Amino acid sequence: MCAKQVTKAPKEVQTTGHSWDGIEEYNNPLPRWWVWVLYLTIVWGIGYTIFYPAWPMLTSATQGIYGPQERAAVVAEIKRFDDANGPIKAKLVAADLAAIPADDELKTFAVSAGASVFKNNCAQCHGSGAAGVQGKGYPNLLDNDWLWGGDMESIHATVAHGIRNTTDGDARYSEMPKFGTDGLLDDAQIGQVVEYVLQLSGQEHDAAGATAGATIFADNCAACHAEGGTGDRVQGAPNLTDAIWLYGGDKATLTESVSKARFGVMPAWAPKLSEDEIRAVAVYVHSLGGGE
Amino acid sequence: MWDYVKLVALGAIAVLAAIAANYAHDLPYMVNAIVVMLAAAITFVWALRSHGTVWVHPANEYMDGVVRAGVIATTLWGVVGFLVGVIIAFQLAFPSLNFEMMGILNFGRLRPLHTSAVIFAFGGNALIMSAFYIVQRTCGTRLFGGNLGWFVFWGWQLMIVMAATSYVLGGTQGKEYAETVWYIDVWIAVVWVAFLLVFMGTLWQRKEPHIYVANWFLLSMIITVAMLHIVNNLAIPVSVFSSQSVPLFSGVQDAMTQWWYGHNAVGFFLTAGFLGMMYYFVPKQAEKPVYSYKLSIIHFWALIFLYIWAGPHHLHYTALPEWASTLGMVFSIILWMPSWGGMINGLMTLSGAWDKLRTDPIIRMMVVSIGFYGMSTFEGPMMSIKAVNSLSHYTDWTIGHVHSGALGWNGMITFGALYFLTPKLWNRSGLYSLKLVSWHFWLATIGIVLYASSMWVTGIMEGLMWREVDANGFLVNAFADTVAAKYPMYVVRGLGGTLFLTGALIMVYNLWMTVRAQPAKASVNANNAVPAE
Repeated sequence: MCAKQVTKAPKEVQTTGHSWDGIEEYNNPLPRWWVWVLYLTIVWGIGYTIFYPAWPMLTSATQGIYGPQERAAVVAEIKRFDDANGPIKAKLVAADLAAIPADDELKTFAVSAGASVFKNNCAQCHGSGAAGVQGKGYPNLLDNDWLWGGDMESIHATVAHGIRNTTDGDARYSEMPKFGTDGLLDDAQIGQVVEYVLQLSGQEHDAAGATAGATIFADNCAACHAEGGTGDRVQGAPNLTDAIWLYGGDKATLTESVSKARFGVMPAWAPKLSEDEIRAVAVYVHSLGGGE
Repeated sequence: MWDYVKLVALGAIAVLAAIAANYAHDLPYMVNAIVVMLAAAITFVWALRSHGTVWVHPANEYMDGVVRAGVIATTLWGVVGFLVGVIIAFQLAFPSLNFEMMGILNFGRLRPLHTSAVIFAFGGNALIMSAFYIVQRTCGTRLFGGNLGWFVFWGWQLMIVMAATSYVLGGTQGKEYAETVWYIDVWIAVVWVAFLLVFMGTLWQRKEPHIYVANWFLLSMIITVAMLHIVNNLAIPVSVFSSQSVPLFSGVQDAMTQWWYGHNAVGFFLTAGFLGMMYYFVPKQAEKPVYSYKLSIIHFWALIFLYIWAGPHHLHYTALPEWASTLGMVFSIILWMPSWGGMINGLMTLSGAWDKLRTDPIIRMMVVSIGFYGMSTFEGPMMSIKAVNSLSHYTDWTIGHVHSGALGWNGMITFGALYFLTPKLWNRSGLYSLKLVSWHFWLATIGIVLYASSMWVTGIMEGLMWREVDANGFLVNAFADTVAAKYPMYVVRGLGGTLFLTGALIMVYNLWMTVRAQPAKASVNANNAVPAE
């Protein structure tokens, strides 16, 4: 900042003649550039307020030559995209759901629209990359392991109506009994059935416990999780034989799941998203790698 | 007689506060009532012990005790405020640092603690002590009102303690920079009016024929802040025993009132008030006359006339009517040159004394302070332009802007003032170490540069990411994507803050050693004597 030589206060400039605690003041004139820039901003300001809404009057404000701009600009921008996307949106809504992924034009549009819908509405739980939150009950949507089905119709229905919510009569619904809390099984039985589930998923387990657990499983769990624990998508009952776990597959977590049960909820999106948006996000999720 | 009145009043306050604590509806109220009870009890004991003391107010001596206390309080609260700032900066970078201790150490609770600590505790004490010091020197008279100055000082500290304890327990009005709940607001108004009385009274009995420019700025600050504070905090308490209240204005009127307040808290508290400090400490430290009396008049009146209109630029593209938004933007831009008038007068005062930059790190601090003032008063009008604001608003750019002003301008000029005042007030021959001042200068400057530049990068980046759309007009990024992208810059910001805090700690050591270890000045009375007129 010292590079520029600053002109010293000229000798002939006088101070104002006062001194406060030793401080004096020169009587230098206002810097010319400062005055001119100040005038310029004032002139610009007056000009700007002539063109745009600015000065408050008794009941309303001056509207300016150009009139209000802000809301009109947003409306015009939205309309521009709506007009551009209108025909293809109509086509998306009219198309047969299962056929959309095979239609290149529809798929390209739906994936970009669906990604946007997903990032603004679904990412809060499923993550912005759709990988869910492992062990916290938010399913990974990138793999081919589906609770309620991974074809276009199933995904569409899940998005539109949600899961176990109280707002949509068509929401997917099932409820696992609280085997421990409600006293359906005692602690020893729960321990045994957990050993059996550990065996099913190929983890370390106690062989004797698992054998006893197999019977308990057949009597209490197989109705939903199927014999052999392969799950049932009609009831959203997870497959227990693979390495993918919604809440965790270790002994402690399994014991908690059996004792207290799980009750994951997803909202219905039909009231919030339009049909083309729901279809778009279904196509997007379908395209992530696990679509059937 | 007066002593007895005082004792009765203090006793009554302590008892009433105890009753209020008993009936409290919420925890912040209860804790604040206990704080008031303790404060009244301590003051009661003090009043009892000093009963019968005849207070001597020698008319030929300045009242510097309260300024010394102000120097200590400014330094202390500065360190507290910077420390909380560093903590919350790292909480943003590493969310696991939000410890679950009754929610007390959450970002949400600590953030208002940080902003209030630096603006009202550090900045407020800096303004009060500077005003008390400057108005006495430039009026050639003792502070008006006897012990009223001490009431202002201790009243302000009580406010700070009450605000801090209520914030961490969740007591807030939810208004940015006006979080203090209703009864603290009432107390702030009382203390502030006392401040006004002391200042005006001192001006009234001045021995100088004219009022020095620094005092115009300080007086405009005191009057305007009183008006802003009272209007913005108009509210009806839910109960006398509750910290909750309902604001008088609602909806967009409340938002507009809030930002009329918020912007002018910056304009009058952090700009006009600190310009008052600048107009005294810079010419004193440089030992040069102020560059232009004319400029100081014009830019003073232009500044205070224009600033009060600029608030709506905080509410661009909201429910606020477009005309109000336009006016806010236009006045903000016209405000550019009036703001720069202060910078010109500050920098040009140094003309002919630029060589002091090499030898005097305090002058260097003041110059950098004025530089940051100039930069942020250019950046502000620019960000108020609607098109720029549509990118910058709600992003970290705003945070960077505020901190280049707060750390750069307010922080550095206050450090300069503290280095100037400490040897004078404690009658020491000089500072303990100029080398340490130099260290402080460089740590603080590098810290601010890291802070401001990292926030520009994240601010502009997240603004662009938020508005990014693909060819079909669909948004490309999730909000979490922008948060993840900001992580490295958040770490840089935290490091910048750490450097700034380290510099402040060095200052504390330096000031402490100045008072403790420096030899006293030879002529004992030279400092306290009123200059002969």
